[in-house]
Amino acid sequence: MEKEQFYYDNKIVKMFFIATIVWGIVGMTVGLMVAFLFNFPNYMEGISWLSFGRLRPLHTNAVIFAFVGNGFFVGMYYSMQRLLKTRMFSDTLSKIHFWGWQLIIVAAAITLPLGYTSSKEYAELEWPIDIAITIIWVIMGINMIGTLIKRRQRHIYVAIWFYIATFVTIAVLHIFNNLEIPVSAFKSYSVYAGVQDALVQWWYGHNAVAFFLTTPMLGLMYYFVPKAANRPVYSYRLSIIHFWTLIFIYIWAGPHHLLYTALPEWAQNLGTVFSIMLIFPSWGGMINGLLTLRGAWDKVREDPILKFFVVAITGYGMSTFEGPMLSFKNLNAIGHYTDWIIAHVHIGTLAWNGFIIAGMLYWLAKKLWKTELYSTKLANIHFWVGTLGILFYALPLYVAGFTQAAMWKQFNPDGTLVYGNFLETVTQVLPMYAMRSFGGTLYLTGFIIMAYNLVKTAKAGSIVKDELAEAVPLKKISAARVAGEGWHSWLERRTVLFTILTTVAILVGGAVEIIPLLVIDSNIPTISSVKPYTPLELEGRDIYIREGCNNCHSQMIRPFRSEVERYGEYSKAGEFVYDHPFLWGSRRTGPDVHRIGGKYNDNWHFNHMLDPRLTSPGSIMPQYPWLIKDDLDISHTADKLSAMVILGVPYTQHELDKAVYLLKNQAAEVEKNLRQDPEFVKNYGDANMQDKEIVALIAYLQRLGTDIKGEQTAKN
Amino acid sequence: MNIIFMLIAISLVIALIFFILFVKSVKTGQFDDVYTPSVRMLFDDELVEEDTTNKKSTN
Repeated sequence: MEKEQFYYDNKIVKMFFIATIVWGIVGMTVGLMVAFLFNFPNYMEGISWLSFGRLRPLHTNAVIFAFVGNGFFVGMYYSMQRLLKTRMFSDTLSKIHFWGWQLIIVAAAITLPLGYTSSKEYAELEWPIDIAITIIWVIMGINMIGTLIKRRQRHIYVAIWFYIATFVTIAVLHIFNNLEIPVSAFKSYSVYAGVQDALVQWWYGHNAVAFFLTTPMLGLMYYFVPKAANRPVYSYRLSIIHFWTLIFIYIWAGPHHLLYTALPEWAQNLGTVFSIMLIFPSWGGMINGLLTLRGAWDKVREDPILKFFVVAITGYGMSTFEGPMLSFKNLNAIGHYTDWIIAHVHIGTLAWNGFIIAGMLYWLAKKLWKTELYSTKLANIHFWVGTLGILFYALPLYVAGFTQAAMWKQFNPDGTLVYGNFLETVTQVLPMYAMRSFGGTLYLTGFIIMAYNLVKTAKAGSIVKDELAEAVPLKKISAARVAGEGWHSWLERRTVLFTILTTVAILVGGAVEIIPLLVIDSNIPTISSVKPYTPLELEGRDIYIREGCNNCHSQMIRPFRSEVERYGEYSKAGEFVYDHPFLWGSRRTGPDVHRIGGKYNDNWHFNHMLDPRLTSPGSIMPQYPWLIKDDLDISHTADKLSAMVILGVPYTQHELDKAVYLLKNQAAEVEKNLRQDPEFVKNYGDANMQDKEIVALIAYLQRLGTDIKGEQTAKN
Repeated sequence: MNIIFMLIAISLVIALIFFILFVKSVKTGQFDDVYTPSVRMLFDDELVEEDTTNKKSTN
């Protein structure tokens, strides 16, 4: 058959290329700003939108969805066209995808610092942006499937399988985790409560790592590593096994984020078993990537691009070894809530994602601008500075993590905690935080060196926006299997069928874990003394969410002696039945707050929010002076209660009708308490504190974990 | 907690289906050509100049 000529769309690749670099710098800079807050908690002195709880979600969202996301799209748009020997299905869809995605990022960069957040990690964006993400993601998917349908290459190369899995799974995860009831333009409540919400969130959270930070990057690895080394992948057979096992096992691993929590034990065990199994496909993939360089190690010595790939794949191997290990319950008991997890995550992101994208960008710059790299030396410098940055980032945090776990669990012979004051365990690791910031600075410096190098490279060359290519079109063949054709190659030919099967495999995994929890009440014992939050407490809870308190404080006391001794009775699943969303947290930079209610008086909380160092000298918590200045917004209180009623929270008609009245009554009560302190009267004598946000937050904090106190006394 | 038995059963069934499919596919020789695609992707098909003799030109 005669060859056809056609053009590859390089312009869209270039657009995503630039976006990756720009958002990479932005996301990492925000990360650095956040890191400095550990050692200099006051350096952003009372600017609400620059406080830790608001910036940390901005950092994670920016590096995950803006940097790695755009990085994936660069490689996807470049390699799909060439592997399938066709231009993308629609230039218009490509452009909508690009601009839509960038607008979503800008919207995130504005709304997150303003405190519009759903509180669910890596899914913090509020409902209007969630809808936009769904639309843009589906547009990308249509463009991908369309390209597959009009391809000129019958066989679908392994990289594209990973792209398809990414598209399908992220769509499903995103939709199910972000099911929420809107209250106002930028406020919504998760439809799930407590334990269910936690399970859905970490099913999503873990798979955001799996299908946004891993499968797309594996696709890039299977394309760009062989290309850069000019060697075929070590074993194509292994890549087939790698793909199928990875996508099927990954979806079950989410509960390992909730070990020893109030999640039913079977769900925890299921998560552990599948997480441990994950080491096999993961290491299969790592070996496949590294051995692709067999016989090319002399090139690795010369070529900075291959150096980046070697460290990236090694980082993938390290974090996918650590992941299964941390999923063992006994190791998780030590690592969970500590900086060990932060170190673990950054091996995956800085080494695996960051370096595979860096290597890809260097390689692509040469191809797109048809020139040599401006400076190989600078690329080498980037490599070494970046690698040192990773080490300086991760190693201190490993030490910090072990130190925290050891100190939290240390007992005196008489059975009391050695470090009864949580603050001691924080100040102990401050030098480690400083070293981490240094590591992060190195990494960002390397990245900026790359940006400079790539700009210079682009200026030296010239881009061919539409690149000419030729290929033989596909013969029409029957949809059925051709005689002698293998099952897998037939499946690859049937792209639509393939997409559906991938979806089914993923849905089965997710559904088996989540549906039983949603429908079977017996999993969550109800506690009769647990009552819905009062209107004021609910408003306070929303302030807790807005300020991102859950980024540093957990609300989940695990059933360990060391935790019960420190915080009080361990958390029960039944205590969270009205928590839309759940606020268990995943990290204890500060102490757990689930039983903080009644532990301190209202004035303590007031002073602590005004300046944490007044009540706890040496604390690294930010100040919240605006809570004392700003009036509580009660325009949506009634709507919030109504939304909760739809979700099954049993508010009475009286509470619904008199929401604001009840709120004001309780607020006046809190102010009365505050006025018992002469110091408060002296400083704020005239202030109408009952209208301020701080009062709602105090009411919420004083309520936390107190519901079951009465019940226990009654039993005794 | 009967649900846990159901879960184990479902998991085993799915694992079994995948195992059977894998064994079957190896036996039917469908992984025979797991080499060509890995080499084919290394060749670039970009052209330096437009082929004027070729009549067909699509996107």
